[in-house]
Amino acid sequence: MAEAGAHSPLHVFQIEPIVPIHIGRYDVSFTNSALLMVIALVLTTLFLVVGMRRQALVPSRWQSLAEISYEFIANLLRDTIGNEGKRYFPIVFTIFMFVLFGNLLGLMPYSFTFTSHIIVTFALAICVFIAVTLLGIARHGLHFTTFFVPPGVSPALWPLLIPIEIISYLSRPISLSVRLFANMLAGHTLLQVFAGFVGALGLFGILPLAFVVALTGLEFLIAFLQAYVFTILTCLYINDALHLH
Amino acid sequence: MDLAAAKVIGAGLAVIGVIGSGVGIGSIFSSFISAVGRNPAARGDVFTMTMLGFALVEAIALYALVIALVILFGT
Repeated sequence: MAEAGAHSPLHVFQIEPIVPIHIGRYDVSFTNSALLMVIALVLTTLFLVVGMRRQALVPSRWQSLAEISYEFIANLLRDTIGNEGKRYFPIVFTIFMFVLFGNLLGLMPYSFTFTSHIIVTFALAICVFIAVTLLGIARHGLHFTTFFVPPGVSPALWPLLIPIEIISYLSRPISLSVRLFANMLAGHTLLQVFAGFVGALGLFGILPLAFVVALTGLEFLIAFLQAYVFTILTCLYINDALHLH
Repeated sequence: MDLAAAKVIGAGLAVIGVIGSGVGIGSIFSSFISAVGRNPAARGDVFTMTMLGFALVEAIALYALVIALVILFGT
């Protein structure tokens, strides 16, 4: 995608090692992706710890935000899973905050979106998938296989429907990871492409600039929405594993 | 046919799939508007489900885009 002499718009997804570390043949450098993950972790911790420091009954603004984020996920768990949802709060809250800060930090100038790499989103999605499957098997044992039998269907259709159900179950980690990855990739690529037009058009560059501003606003919405969708789907999968339909 | 030409044609054909997403998003928001029109008090709950539905449908368009990118830039 590189025009003559111009930067490819995909240069923003380049992983660069900051502290090169090699163990044997493996490159385990501390990269810009790792740095952003650490920053996301630190920001989330600061957001909650400093926000709740005062623990006033009438919350200050920061404490209010921390409480809103807690309630948001707690309500989500209660609405999708019911009362048992509370024990899954730490992992779901962590996933939500990690993905949210990952998406948002990428919108800062000269920053890097670590959720725009399929390996990161796939790692998250496959961990969720394996954890939820093991949860279902641990809870129901062999009875878990009845999950693949759609309710209220005559046994004559089972040889057709059960493979379809199994395939759609196995496609969950793929769809979960690709949804987040593709949204982040497409958003940032679009921003880069239109930003390239701003310089090239000279005075008329005000039009692509306005578009880039609007698109950045949309990207903030998409960052939040994708984090929310990843989280609510995780909750729905946990509900499926616990309550088998 | 030239490999590069075939790749570009393939990518163009793959992106046709986003049509489904256009229909889907229009359908979701049409339902949302009808629902809020009939029962304005339900706006909060319905909005949450609308956003979830929107993100899921948008993902389909992005799957098509990812396949197009893989065709165009994959090895």
